[in-house]
Amino acid sequence: MHIPDGFLDPKTWGTLTAASAGTTGYALYKVREKMDEKLIPMLGITAAFIFAAQMLNFPVAGGTSGHFLGAMLACVLLGPWAGFLVMVVVLLVQCLFFTDGGLTALGANVFNMGVIGGLLSYYLFYYAKALLSRATSERSALLASTAVFSWFSVVLASIACSVELAVSGTVPLRTVLPAMVGVHALIGIGEAIITTVVVAVVLQARPDLVCSYSAPPIAQALTAEEVAS
Amino acid sequence: MSEGTLSRLMKNRGLLIFLGLALVVILVLAVFVSPWASSSPDGLEKKAEEKGFLDKAEETEPVWTRSPVPDYAVPGVENDRVATGLSGLVGVFITLAAALVIGLAAWGLGRLLKKKDAGSGEPSET
Repeated sequence: MHIPDGFLDPKTWGTLTAASAGTTGYALYKVREKMDEKLIPMLGITAAFIFAAQMLNFPVAGGTSGHFLGAMLACVLLGPWAGFLVMVVVLLVQCLFFTDGGLTALGANVFNMGVIGGLLSYYLFYYAKALLSRATSERSALLASTAVFSWFSVVLASIACSVELAVSGTVPLRTVLPAMVGVHALIGIGEAIITTVVVAVVLQARPDLVCSYSAPPIAQALTAEEVAS
Repeated sequence: MSEGTLSRLMKNRGLLIFLGLALVVILVLAVFVSPWASSSPDGLEKKAEEKGFLDKAEETEPVWTRSPVPDYAVPGVENDRVATGLSGLVGVFITLAAALVIGLAAWGLGRLLKKKDAGSGEPSET
């Protein structure tokens, strides 16, 4: 879903570049006290995983492929703001080093995949998990919400992308919206499977590394370990 | 990273093993699996083609033309699969480094603001 140069008009990409730059600054400010010897390397490894996984296009219907987005994975593992920063890093590297996504569209791509697919989808996930965990275990609630909202993250990002294309006068909304949502509803199934499997594996191996798992958050887990040792 | 933070990481063997294993999986995906990924256009590109607005991108000169590895293929490598696999190798380490830099920048910002607060506020107890 990386928008190239030429699809968006200046008012659209200008506005979204400003919004994304502002959000990036705020995110750096938000995570400043959370960075420790666990979260900093986890930021690196999560970004590297998302970069690698985004290279793996899988076929969906009719000569179309899709690939993993990873915004929900990053937010579930690292918390929303650090997860957003990981998406900024991945999109920036793809744009500058691999001509994937235009430079003028970078702000729009960060907005679609980081703000909509990341932050917004994470908060929907968060409230769904809170509701579900009244009925079932924290672990099941986390995994079920991860599956559902990683699907939504892809679909919501594709809606945002369609609206931007329409606002730019590139294509009418009634043409692009059903087409984009249709294909991304399929791609979202792949997203849900990959995200849920990875979160389940990390939760099994190192539950302390899943920030959105309410049992001890990273900082407290560390103190507990230190006290124990 | 401060001495304390870095040495705490070095002492945390479980975390180091987890990170090492994750890096191995990531490198296998980026280097050995990526050359066999689907080369069909992705959702947006395909729909742009079908709905007739793909030329808008094709007719536009890219603003940034200095990508060292355009389109995930290391230039000058004859074999397409090798070129893609190598681009994955390069990309994983660039992304890893860039994310660590962002993490350290946020960490540095935290230290900086804390110091400033301590300097401007009431004299601290220490």
